[in-house]
Amino acid sequence: MSDQKPLMPRRREVHPLPYWPDYKTSVARSPSLPLLSMESTTSEETGPRFGHSTLGPLDNNLIENYTQGAAKAVGERVRLHGRVMDETGRPVAGTLVEIWQANAGGRYRHIKDTYFAPLDPNFGGCGRTITDDAGYYEFMTIRPGAYPWPNRANDWRPMHVHFSIFGPTFGQRLITQCYFQGDPLIDLCPIAATIRDRSQLDRLVAALDMQNSRGMDYLAYKFDIVLRGRRQTMFENRPEGM
Amino acid sequence: MTQSLDMLVETPSQTAGPYVHIGCIPTFAGVEGIYPQDLGLSPIEDGAKGQIVTITGSVFDGTGWAMRDAMIESWQADAAGRYAGQEGADPNVSGFCRFAADKDSGQFTLRTVKPGAVANRDGSVMAPHITLWIVARGINIGLHTRLYFEDENNDQDPLLARIEQRHRVDTLLARKTGEGSYHFDIRLQGEGETVFLDI
Ligand SMILES: [Fe+3]
Repeated sequence: MSDQKPLMPRRREVHPLPYWPDYKTSVARSPSLPLLSMESTTSEETGPRFGHSTLGPLDNNLIENYTQGAAKAVGERVRLHGRVMDETGRPVAGTLVEIWQANAGGRYRHIKDTYFAPLDPNFGGCGRTITDDAGYYEFMTIRPGAYPWPNRANDWRPMHVHFSIFGPTFGQRLITQCYFQGDPLIDLCPIAATIRDRSQLDRLVAALDMQNSRGMDYLAYKFDIVLRGRRQTMFENRPEGM
Repeated sequence: MTQSLDMLVETPSQTAGPYVHIGCIPTFAGVEGIYPQDLGLSPIEDGAKGQIVTITGSVFDGTGWAMRDAMIESWQADAAGRYAGQEGADPNVSGFCRFAADKDSGQFTLRTVKPGAVANRDGSVMAPHITLWIVARGINIGLHTRLYFEDENNDQDPLLARIEQRHRVDTLLARKTGEGSYHFDIRLQGEGETVFLDI
């Protein structure tokens, strides 16, 4: 209990609007009443822990993990890496990062995905890893294809990788998406547009990272992630309003 | 000008999309063989102390449709009100579970131990509850809420006390449907809209 600290309030203005009519599914799935705001409690200041024993050796290699190394997925080889920090700039070490994505043709291995781009028999589409002591993570994967989706008649998702990050407490839980530098579809995407502040959306665009690429092998993209921070407590036992 | 506060800003959320199951519960999604089993299959193991309860329900959108694609995560204390990682916590209670709406009926089921009351930093005590986090396509930032139990004493709970419209407290109460079984629906929007939290 002694390391428990209140979470910094979420800065809702950097997050997407829940209700965004251009993203049609959000219309009936966004709360219409205000959220109930309150300082975090023990329930948000604790969270599940996942140890390295959870992980298999190929879990962070989406090129090989579906076949357990027997064959490689088709596509442009990409190393996707970065750091997880909190709002105070401290690294978030030992936290679980999970990703999922479409294959190189823009097709997910999912019963509900009926897009006619072919499945890749060697690509499953998910991976996971745990950040190191510096908060660093990396994946080997293929560049996901852009894909059309049923929204407006001609909407396309930019190339993206879905990210799920835990952080040390359940109140820091975050799911987001990583886009790729230079993709012209980002500007046209109604899901990307749910983030109204362009400078905040830019933070979801991974930068091409030639320094960490490897010739004749893979391109690297850098995608850093910031989770909510925890406030250093002062006067925590005083009643409200004091 | 002033000094800079030198703070970073939280990464913006994006919807989990329709295929969140591939990333979080791939075996459920039919993507088998990458992981030995899905993470968070159960919040308890054999030997967990306390009353085993089964909670069923659905997540409804604003039209009253039970969503088939929602994924929920739960986080809770053990029967004594301690969270995993806290001193004295029940080793057979991880407290974390991932579950999804059934793709045909939209119904979810959570089997767990009933949590105990939880102490806060300031000494206040929260009534037994389970924290829920709901993601799905169309939900642009994951929705936090809580499940309380109608047959517990919820009168002194500091979170429930903050709900001004008292009838909305009911949206956070699981209904007892039998010995050890409860029903809890989540309504994203409209009549009976669940109280969601910014916490
Ligand atoms: Fe996607």
